[in-house]
Formats: sequence, structure tokens, C-alpha cells
Amino acid sequence: MMDDLRNLYQEVIFDHNRNPRNYGALENPNRTAQGYNPLCGDQLKLYMVLDDDGRIADVSFEGNGCAISTASASIMTSIIKGKTAEEAQIYFDSFHGMVTGEGDGDDSLEDFDKLRVLGGVAEYPSRVKCATLAWHTVRAAIDESEEPVTTE
Amino acid sequence: MAIASNKLNADFDIDSIRGQFPALDQKVHGHSLVYLDSGASAQKPNVVIEAVDHYYRNDHSNVHRGVHTLSERATVKYDASRVSIQKFVNAASDREIIYTSGTTEALNLVAQSWGRANIKEGDDLLVSEMEHHSNIVPWQMLAAEKSATVRKIPMDQDGVLDMQAFKKLLEGKPRVVAITHVANALGTVNPLAEIVRLAHDAGAIVVADGAQSTPHMSVDVQALDVDFYAFSGHKIYGPTGIGVLYGKESLLDAMPPWQGGGDMIKSVTFDGTIYNDLPFKFEAGTPNIADAIGMGVAADYLLDIGLEAVAAHEHSVLSYALSRAAERSEMTVFGNAPDKAGILSFALEGVHPHDIGTMLDHQGVAVRTGHHCAQPVMQFFGVPATTRASLGIYNNRQDIDRLFDGIDEVMKMFRR
Repeated sequence: MMDDLRNLYQEVIFDHNRNPRNYGALENPNRTAQGYNPLCGDQLKLYMVLDDDGRIADVSFEGNGCAISTASASIMTSIIKGKTAEEAQIYFDSFHGMVTGEGDGDDSLEDFDKLRVLGGVAEYPSRVKCATLAWHTVRAAIDESEEPVTTE
Repeated sequence: MAIASNKLNADFDIDSIRGQFPALDQKVHGHSLVYLDSGASAQKPNVVIEAVDHYYRNDHSNVHRGVHTLSERATVKYDASRVSIQKFVNAASDREIIYTSGTTEALNLVAQSWGRANIKEGDDLLVSEMEHHSNIVPWQMLAAEKSATVRKIPMDQDGVLDMQAFKKLLEGKPRVVAITHVANALGTVNPLAEIVRLAHDAGAIVVADGAQSTPHMSVDVQALDVDFYAFSGHKIYGPTGIGVLYGKESLLDAMPPWQGGGDMIKSVTFDGTIYNDLPFKFEAGTPNIADAIGMGVAADYLLDIGLEAVAAHEHSVLSYALSRAAERSEMTVFGNAPDKAGILSFALEGVHPHDIGTMLDHQGVAVRTGHHCAQPVMQFFGVPATTRASLGIYNNRQDIDRLFDGIDEVMKMFRR
């Protein structure tokens, strides 16, 4: 009955939902940001250590979200750890295009295939925000350094 | 096919009623639609759809202005809709029926017009913990403007209003009690007549949100003695964009207009303006004529079926849903008030409501997931969101079976 849903809910999604990677607060983050999805009330807190070279030395998240949102945060943190903020933005742009159906994703990016398990979201416009919440929150955390008016 | 358990009495023929709602007759993701989101917005019967269609095809013109035939026809139908609404809630006069865009605008009208004229610095405004945001935020805005205080009337773990706490709060001589008749996220039916009596004894007026009660039960504003009562057309099987503020005539008469413009005046000069009589004083501008007519037809439709029969039918379906829910250890129901209407709000262990909503939709079952614009209720129960199945007159036990079959599939996917 639910076979057609498998495109959205691939087994990898359930795996990340059950055992999210990089889950829990970091001890000494120098960046944090709150993500909020007003549609479902979900909140996500992101912790990051951004080193002086602009590299994401460590990143983690906490929160209570749906399987799509939790899996997306789990996969995202795994991918951007060790990348620079600029590289993370390139991943986000490509990922965003894929889940909104406006782009195809970029397989020349290392490990982009891991993000492809969320590609089914493109067929579910009401769920795009679930998949992108963690990414928006990362950008908020990074942008803090460029906009010191934010005092979080 | 009808089954015996769906037939409560000879007057309430569920199959005939289902057949009157064309939107129910469709497939979603290959399954016949089960619509369990009437609490968000109800589907429309043919009589309402046809009334709006007929109006635009034949009678449309502006009301209360022209002397020509179409304007007179439109005016007659528009004014007749107000009498239908008057009967629907048993108001003493059609002057007490103010048309708004919906419940939200009606509640804002009271807060802005009655509130601005009557609330002073230091006044208390009581607002229950189970309100929809539309009966919280207008009072917070008013309180901020007037340096008044919004105080919460708490509820218990079953989602029942704490009447002892309410009585205690009334000792502080609040000016207004804002209370929902039926709680949208929980289904709790509040004892409105008793609340009104206690509030009046303490010198407060009562502003009730009737958005979730009017579709499910007979409402008599005179018997309730409620001061203001707000509800929406689209939840009583009428069109969107139209709603009602009932107010006692003496209160409405004393209130200043809310918005200025055409239709709400008797005469305008640059030396001054004389406002129109009720209800037009509160209805500036060309009204939502077609949808008002549609809402009047919807009210007549419900009165024809009989709100007692509607309530009995839905109560039977809800009781069945609650008994099915009680069999599930993985299911937590939010809102276990003894008096409950139309709503099954729940959590499934280990599954987020958003995932439940998408997976049920794939089986043709439409439910609402989210905070239901009642975030204080979510905070009370410590959840970000719930899944809510809400009933309409067209739902039957088979719909509930489809819901629970769907939930079985959801649990299978998550436990794999």
C-alpha cells in the first residue's frame, strides 16, 4: 500500500531518524543558532565550532522533529563537518535546488549522493521546509560571524 | 453501504448526507477520500455551492445602494441570510448579528472596539489556556496598549477548565473573560452557561469563541446569556471569508465603530459623521455578499437536519474513535474531557505528527498536523505538535476504521 511513499521515506531516512548522527550539544561551541518551523512547531538547535580559517571543525544539533527533518539534520552535519563555510553554502544551494525541484543536485560534490536520499521531498511541497530547516539554521549560525549585531 | 450502527434515527441518513458533499467523492493517492479535517475547514454541501453560484449568475449587485432590480434582489437575499444566522444561534434580533471575515476578525472587533472603550490601566483580562491564538493575541494587543494584564485560566491534564482556579481569578474583578466554547486542539466542551453566570456575578463580560462549537451542537446565545459569540462560515459548511460576531444589542449600541467607510454611516459632512444603526455600524464597505448568502444557506441546512441529530451522530462516531484509540498502547489522546465534541487529537509513540500526516494522506486520509494555532496547549502537554482528526456531519465509523488502518501502516513503516 505504501510503496509509492518509499521514494520519500527511504530506509536510510528511518535509520538516521532512529540514530541521528552528531546529536546533542557541543561542549564549547562558538556558534549556535535556533531553527524554527512555524508550520509544525518544530525547533532545532544547532551547535558549531567554526575555526579561524572559516572551517566547520565540529557541528551538532538537538531538537524534536519529523523523520525528514531529523534525517536531514543528521546527514547534513555529517557532510559539512570539516568543510569551510563557503563549501557548506555550495552544498546548501545544490541541496535546496534538488528538494525544491528547481535543480538536479550536483554529484561532482563529494558525498552528494548521501543527500540524494532526501530528493523525494521535491514531490511534497509541504515537506520542503522539514528538509531545509537544518540547513537554514547552519546558515544562521555562520552568518552570525558576519553580522555581529546578532547576539545569540 | 450503510451499516446499522450508523443509523441513529430515521431523520439522520448518513449516506444521503455524504452524497450531498461533492468533494467527498474523489480519490486521493488512489484511495477514496476520508476527510477528517473539518475542524480546520468543513466541506461544502451542494445547496451552499449552488446558492453562491446562483447568486453570481443571476442576482449579483451591490447591496443597500441601488434602486434597480438586481440590487434589490441581492439586498433581499443578503438581509435574509442575517435572519438565518439569527435563528441559527437564537439571537433576539438580527441587529445583533455582525458580519465579519471570520471568527478571528470578530474577536479582534470586540477587543478593539469594546476593549478600547472599556479597558483601563490595571484591568484584568482572563483568557483560558485552551484558546486558539485568535482569542489570545487580540487580548494581549489590547493589554499592551492599555497597560492591562492578561491572566491565564488554567486547565487540567484531561483538558478540562479548572473551575476552582477560574472562581479564584474572578475575585480579582476582571473586566472580560475570553473563552472558547469548544477547544479546537482538544475538543473540550466548556460549561459556557456556568462560566457566563460566574463571570457576570463578578462583573465581567464573556467573549466566547464558537468556531468549533457551531458546527457540532445547537447554540442558543440567549440561554447562554453570553455577551459576545464569534464563529466562522466555513466551519459550518459555508464559504470561507465570512463569519459572525453576535453581540448583545445594548453592548453593541454603546460601542464605537471599528472601521470607517461606506455603509456604516447615516450622513457624512466635514463637520461630523452620524453612524449607521446596528448591525451596519460595524460593517464598513461593500460586504462579502455572496459568501454571506452561502453562510445563511449553510445555517439553514444544519437547522433542517437538526443540530441535536448532528450532535448525536458525531458523538457516536467520536465515541467509537476514542474506544479504538484506547486499544492502542502507542497512542496518547490529548483532551479527555467527559464532555467533548468532534476532535481526536493524538500522538503516536516515536512518530512525529508531520510524518503521520504525510503517510495518512498517502492512504487517502486527510488529517491536520501541527500546533493547531494553540501553542499554549502544546506547551501544556509538552509536545511541539499533535495529529488531529476532526469530524464533520458526513463522517462515519468506516472513516474511523480507515484512520486506524492508516495508523497501523504508519507504525509498520516506523517499526520496520
